[in-house]
Amino acid sequence: MTRHEGDEKRRRDDAGRPALSENDPRLEPARLDTERRLLDRTWANGRGLIAWISDTDHKAIGRRFLVTAFGFFTLGGILAGLMRIQLARPENTFLNPDLYNQIFTMHGTTMMFLFAVPVVLAMGVYLVPLMVGARAIAFPRMLNYGYWMFLFGGIFLYVMFFLNTGPDAGWFSYPPLAGPEFGYGKRSDVWAQLITFTEVSGLIVATCLVCTIFKLRTPGMSLNRMPLFVWAMLIVSFMVIFAMPSIVISSTCLILDRLVSTHIYNQAEGGDPILWQHLFWFFGHPEVYIIFLPALGMMSEVIATFSRRRVFGYIEMVLSMAATAFIGFGVWVHHMFTTGLPQFGQSFFTAASIMIVVPTSIQIFNWIATLWTARRLRLATPFLYMASFFFVFIIGGLTGVMLASVPLDRQVHDTYFVVAHFHYVLIGGSTFPLLGGLFFWFPKMTGRMMSERLGQASFWLLFVGFNLTFFPMHLLGLEGMPRRVYTYQAAMGWERLNLLATLGAAIIFVALVVYLINILVSLRHGAVAGDNPWGASTLEWATSSPPPPYNFSPQPTVASREPLWHTELTPPPIVGLDPSKREVLVTYLLDAEPDHRYPMPGPSLWPFLAAIATSGMFVWSIFQAQGVVWGSIPIFVTLVGWFWPTKGKKALQHGVHGRLALGDSLS
Amino acid sequence: MPRNTRLCFWLGLTLALAVGCEREARRYQELPASANRETAVRVGQLEPGMPQMRAPVKSPYQNNAWGMGEGKRLYGAYNCAPCHGVNGGGAIGPALIDDKWIYGASPDQIYATISQGRPDGMPSFGGHITTQQIWQLVSYVEAMSGQVKATSAPSRNDDQMAALPESRQSKQVPVQTGHR
Amino acid sequence: MPHFQSILHPAGIQAARVSHLWWVMFWICAAVWCAVALGAAIAIARGHRGTSMASERQLGTSVAIAGGISVVALVALLFQSVVTGRALDTLHSPDALVITVTGNQWWWDVQYDHPVPSLRVTTANEIHIPVGRPVRFNLFSNDVIHSLWIPNLQGKIDLVPGRLNELWLRADRPGVFRGQCAEFCGLQHAKMALVVVAEPSDDFERWLAGNRAPAPAPITPEQQRGKDVVERGPCAMCHNIAGTQAGGRSAPDLTHVATRSTIGAGSLPNTRGYLAGWIADPQHVKPGNRMPPPGLRDEELQAVLAYLETLK
Repeated sequence: MTRHEGDEKRRRDDAGRPALSENDPRLEPARLDTERRLLDRTWANGRGLIAWISDTDHKAIGRRFLVTAFGFFTLGGILAGLMRIQLARPENTFLNPDLYNQIFTMHGTTMMFLFAVPVVLAMGVYLVPLMVGARAIAFPRMLNYGYWMFLFGGIFLYVMFFLNTGPDAGWFSYPPLAGPEFGYGKRSDVWAQLITFTEVSGLIVATCLVCTIFKLRTPGMSLNRMPLFVWAMLIVSFMVIFAMPSIVISSTCLILDRLVSTHIYNQAEGGDPILWQHLFWFFGHPEVYIIFLPALGMMSEVIATFSRRRVFGYIEMVLSMAATAFIGFGVWVHHMFTTGLPQFGQSFFTAASIMIVVPTSIQIFNWIATLWTARRLRLATPFLYMASFFFVFIIGGLTGVMLASVPLDRQVHDTYFVVAHFHYVLIGGSTFPLLGGLFFWFPKMTGRMMSERLGQASFWLLFVGFNLTFFPMHLLGLEGMPRRVYTYQAAMGWERLNLLATLGAAIIFVALVVYLINILVSLRHGAVAGDNPWGASTLEWATSSPPPPYNFSPQPTVASREPLWHTELTPPPIVGLDPSKREVLVTYLLDAEPDHRYPMPGPSLWPFLAAIATSGMFVWSIFQAQGVVWGSIPIFVTLVGWFWPTKGKKALQHGVHGRLALGDSLS
Repeated sequence: MPRNTRLCFWLGLTLALAVGCEREARRYQELPASANRETAVRVGQLEPGMPQMRAPVKSPYQNNAWGMGEGKRLYGAYNCAPCHGVNGGGAIGPALIDDKWIYGASPDQIYATISQGRPDGMPSFGGHITTQQIWQLVSYVEAMSGQVKATSAPSRNDDQMAALPESRQSKQVPVQTGHR
Repeated sequence: MPHFQSILHPAGIQAARVSHLWWVMFWICAAVWCAVALGAAIAIARGHRGTSMASERQLGTSVAIAGGISVVALVALLFQSVVTGRALDTLHSPDALVITVTGNQWWWDVQYDHPVPSLRVTTANEIHIPVGRPVRFNLFSNDVIHSLWIPNLQGKIDLVPGRLNELWLRADRPGVFRGQCAEFCGLQHAKMALVVVAEPSDDFERWLAGNRAPAPAPITPEQQRGKDVVERGPCAMCHNIAGTQAGGRSAPDLTHVATRSTIGAGSLPNTRGYLAGWIADPQHVKPGNRMPPPGLRDEELQAVLAYLETLK
């Protein structure tokens, strides 16, 4: 879009309708200042414990999600440390087998359900509304409820673990071992109900993200102008919506088998233990892509910023992520190659599992092309974390191709080779980019820069420690060491590699402590960050660091994929949203043309109370079937309170309907 | 936080700890090896001098899920099923899931029945299986008639089950009957 | 490092095929990794200098070429995998030795099938096979999902309750190999191992014939005393010794236990000292396993050991 000559003439938008000129009085600084003060008051959250619990600001909730997820990461890491201590020597007696089985199950469950998925969804919760130029996230109270469900689920799991009722059948909890006959006590019920907690939370966050991305994008941000991270979160949210019901069903069926003696996994009465594996892995494989795809989005943003150019091949990047998501739903049987399924069916999944590499490799080549043509690439800490992807994740991806082959998988399945593979892809492909992304967006979240020196130290320590821990595991698997063993015999000769892995784990621990110190020190003493310290191109850098509760004032508009790099193209912002209500601008899906104004609900204590009621029902129902019935009553009460219609000042007001044009005044 | 709340919290936690730990404990190394051997086979309760074996009155596995699960496994492994029924419903031996007890329903009495044997076909298992295993069977027998907490009792088998699993068995209040 | 439980030291045709596939995949993947890592490193170096003059069109062509090469490499790997998979299926043979293995928590029940029932052999935790003859394993499970894995000979397959799975393998050189359960099955999954002995046909037939015989009668009074203790004590409730009154079915068959090289499903070597420790307190060696300490007195234990040593 080119500028017209002469600012006095009214400019035209894409559809040729009149648009605000830059000299319009509504854009005067004084006027905008007044509006900002009004917005500060409208969107303020208040102080005190109740206000903190009731907060519906997506940034506050996103930060909470991040802190909680990293808290669980720490717990899961400590569990891993205990495992590595036990395995450092053969026939070690540091942990007895019962405790070891609980610990490795807790480690896997924590990392997969309480860290990896929540943390990437948390980055989405924080960043997506900012990146799409929205003032709020869709359904903020529901999001609040989703956070409390996540927290309560994690607390429930760990309290039970400390009561010796932690699950001990592995993070995928196969029946019959986790079933009613062989899973003594309530341990596997705790696992199954934790799933329910975290999947409710995940589905809620996914719904909020989809609705935000589809309907709250700022005018001008058509679908093909969305940042790649937003595309990643959109695709991931759809994956969550399609994958998580499978595990909710399967874990609920497990509870039913154990509690009320249904026969879903009982082969003697027509059920099948293999059915569990199908249902679980139908979720389980998309789960790892749910963990992986947001990291790809973060890679794109950071690489683009540090290369000072847009990522090469935008359409190919989007299509690759979508293709990965689609194909990811069609590869689950590669976790079941040793169960004795027919060979012809298995070959299909081999082909799909090999095929899924193609879209990811296209992404990698596109990034390499971006880096190749960077304009003076900065090798700062966030970039180092992203760069390590090319060396670490690729190893994991290639061992994944090996595992896709049925004959080879039949040898290395359930050995330390697989442990090495998935740690390489999960840590190399998701955690490294996450840590880099956190470093990158820390200034936006807190207003301070993290220390570059500590950042470099923690990166190199992590890189060395990680490879030292997990690379020997490839060899251990090839030399016959199975997974999930609490000890091994001295005669096997696995001692040296295990000791090496334990030393690597100690280095990882130091690296993460340094990272944590960096965060804590920088919160207090870090250099103050401006709006856009890295010179990035996306909308979240167009507002202050940290952003105000209402994110933007006035409502920005965009006309390119890199709005902050092409400010000359940017149309004037939208004015006219009522600052006395928490109004957001709802737009149309494809091209983000303005549709109507919508007053967002404010803070409320009901989501928290509903989460308490729901948690009570969930916990009760694993001990007594009638808990489902009686425990639903408090849930009903809290939901009634939550959705009670309000009159007067807080009433929903449907604003102007009908199509509005870019730059139109709304007042 | 006010003092009372903190006190309640710790009290509640300790209570919960006691409850939780009991159900989930796996005490496979509980009894020392030397104490695991039944020393004498006795026909009656009368004997001169001190009794040779002092059995605790309460079953150590009464609300222990692992112990009762093991007892259920032993019920199958030691061939209790052909006489007492696969689910305890009775065959040539009396039913164990009902409220009728011939030789007493308290844990030490059940122990004595298993250990000593009884007239009309109940073999004496004392000296053939270990003390720990007899106690596991005792707690499983109690579970069969619903005498234990439902949350600790075993659940259904991965078999064809013709009866309710023990965790859904309602409590059958024991009634002392004569020999049938 | 010893290699008796190693994928990379195959002793049979199935494992050899997989090992070959491994090396093909390894070298292709290593080449790919080097290429991509090199590409990334050069890109970072160039980007840091910031002097690249490549046009978007040139970049697009390069990406397309790289993508094309990747697809070719992947198809090569897929092809190799399918070829190996089909080759592994060709071992079926009508004169295979048939062995039924049933998984229990936490030991392996092994039965050598034969059309004549009296010629069947039952043993536990140790398998002998003749070199050069295909072997078919019929796999069942009595409780939870296990997985039979003998890396030097073949890939693993699960033992799923309610399902019959098959495993075909053939040893091509004599040797003693170790297998291990490879599907988490509870407390002592770590110590559910087995020994596989591949020996020349004659030795195998001799071993099989020896195992068909019932337990030899005790000779010395101590051995007789040991047999009494076994038959009248806790041992007989779970273990089976053919030809005696010990007829339990819920524990490993002990009829020829003295010929086995390990005890406790590969937990300990089968020597008198280790056996004494195992019997005195199995929970100390393998905590949580299904064998309780039998509470034998010292002289009873010595007698039992003397008797078990005769069970060849």
